[in-house]
Amino acid sequence: MSRIAARFAALKAEGRGALIPFLEAWDPDAATSMAILRGMPGAGADLIEIGCPFTDPMADGPIIQRASQRALKAGGTLAKALAMVREFRGEDTQTPVILMGYLNPILSYGTERFCVDAAAAGVDGLIVVDLPTEEADMLVPFATANGLDIIRLVAPTTDEQRLPLVLNGSSGFVYYVSITGITGTRSASLSDLQSALPKVRAHTDLPIAIGFGVRTPAQAAEAVQVADAAVVASALIETLAASLDADGRPAPDSAQRVLAQVRGLADAVRAARVAA
Amino acid sequence: MSTSAATRVPPSATVHGANSLRTGPDSRGKFGGFGGRFVAETLMPLVLEVEQAYEAAKADPSFRVELDMLLKDYVGRPSPLWYADRLTRHFGGAKIYFKRDELNHTGAHKINSCVGQILLARRMGKTRIIAETGAGQHGVATATVCALFGLPCTVYMGATDVARQAPNVFRMKLLGAEVKPVTSGAATLKDAMNEALRDWVANVTDTYYIIGTVAGPHPYPMMVRDFQSVIGEEAKVQLHEAEGRLPDIAIAAIGGGSNAMGLFHPFLDDPSVRLIGVEAAGHGLDTHQHAASLSRGRPGVLHGNRTYLLQDADGQIEEAHSISAGLDYPGIGPEHSWLHEIKRVEYAAATDTEALEAFQLCCRQEGIIPALEPSHALAHVAKIAPALSKETLILMNLCGRGDKDIFTVAEHLGVKL
Repeated sequence: MSRIAARFAALKAEGRGALIPFLEAWDPDAATSMAILRGMPGAGADLIEIGCPFTDPMADGPIIQRASQRALKAGGTLAKALAMVREFRGEDTQTPVILMGYLNPILSYGTERFCVDAAAAGVDGLIVVDLPTEEADMLVPFATANGLDIIRLVAPTTDEQRLPLVLNGSSGFVYYVSITGITGTRSASLSDLQSALPKVRAHTDLPIAIGFGVRTPAQAAEAVQVADAAVVASALIETLAASLDADGRPAPDSAQRVLAQVRGLADAVRAARVAA
Repeated sequence: MSTSAATRVPPSATVHGANSLRTGPDSRGKFGGFGGRFVAETLMPLVLEVEQAYEAAKADPSFRVELDMLLKDYVGRPSPLWYADRLTRHFGGAKIYFKRDELNHTGAHKINSCVGQILLARRMGKTRIIAETGAGQHGVATATVCALFGLPCTVYMGATDVARQAPNVFRMKLLGAEVKPVTSGAATLKDAMNEALRDWVANVTDTYYIIGTVAGPHPYPMMVRDFQSVIGEEAKVQLHEAEGRLPDIAIAAIGGGSNAMGLFHPFLDDPSVRLIGVEAAGHGLDTHQHAASLSRGRPGVLHGNRTYLLQDADGQIEEAHSISAGLDYPGIGPEHSWLHEIKRVEYAAATDTEALEAFQLCCRQEGIIPALEPSHALAHVAKIAPALSKETLILMNLCGRGDKDIFTVAEHLGVKL
């Protein structure tokens, strides 16, 4: 069983949903992002999503765009994101790690070599934002051969006719993009989620995570009542960004501030009732 | 045009079928290994909807009738074919013809595709239009058709370009468009396109995105090419009337590649016609200050399609540079990438300095102030024409007029306006 499947199975047995916090690799520098990554399981992260910096993050709002720019300026690359995971695996062999990014750096690295190296580093799943199902055959065979889950995005615009196509070949979990929009801009209402999730659920047995617009502990708790996991990204990046000085340098407690927020989110998720 | 250009093309000149280079893209939007639909899932259903709507429009004769009416009576087509006699004699070699798309309404070829796309947007029931622009020519053309159709228009433009293209910003505003300066990234055309895509994701139900070039996710590269192919179709007929034959060389400048694709496409199956695309070499191909994606880039994925891109070793997209804001883009339309790989089209490059010289030469020899974009094509004509025989026919797309560029040119010539 993969680390992702094992984690969701364990949480199901425990009767609760998962918190998936996000960090951008090398934002604002290698040491701070490594400290955040290292501290996340202890702060209550059930799975971890790591963003890989790209110059043109088309699905991301200003908060993650700036995180990406800070990371690139610090020297962050896809290879260095893999190195972070390798280091993390030296001390944590249980917490699933998902890499989120855009296709071009992967193509540039070489799709097959990337999948081999990612699996060897201890990555469990990939979210490639600009690789829709229609183009996925350029990556999926290599990912599958190396035991990496391909986590597909499902959006409010994905209609019931299209859902089977998108879900066919998905593994790990399904990432439900809760709004039509970019990251960190607005949030879906509980009633939107309550009407949308059963439609997705009808087409898959995989766990479903809700992302885009999940910012507060209360929203994370709501998300795990209708789905299996909540992804929180921009709200954490905002906390990190607010801790930086005018030149973008971290404060001594930058990582701690982010981790304290993760703890608050995790407490809320753990206190929420599990999805039916 | 009052009659479809296709019916006036000499019948022997076009070949369709298995051996044709004009049948692409395939059902996945691919030209060889280039093109495709690399967008987030949120946009994917919308991109498929645009494709279906475009296929339906193509099959509907009333769409063609309305498009032809607008091209004729609003845009002013067909644009003339001009024999550049003085330039021909100046170079002393090949005979040079200009396809004068700079005489279109709004002063460039961009309007050809904008009228087609706004008709499509209306058919789809969309009530709001967005666009990206670099130099502002596509923004002005989009704002123009939005005014004509009474639709609200938002144009994304890099903050750097807003500052250096003030007259076009004001034109767009006069036409009723909202111009949103984009400060992300390097604040130029590529970032404007990112921001337009982000707007589209957030406004999928009511908004249509008029892309300005033969790039973006399928069906845009095909659709913009189809709308721009009126350039080559007309030129083919006009040159046949003037000379009784095909050109020996057809040549056009390339940024994203829409004017070149429009000129080349009707000639792809005429093997005697040499096709030459001219990229912007900026300060020189061996500097990092150019926009020559084919000459110096390598394949990758950006803005919805796989194509040649300027990128670093880690796959991060690099900034392009050109004196011409309209060529200042780190990618190129995917059909050009394919034509480059199969070697049907030759891709050359001209520097800022060469383009400036050609710009001035055209002003003095022909009484035409060209845009800096086609000045790159003319710079290449200047390199090859003198050595060619007097019987050789060169057809060059003069795709835009230079009024917008006089401030840039003055600055480079050390003149204060």
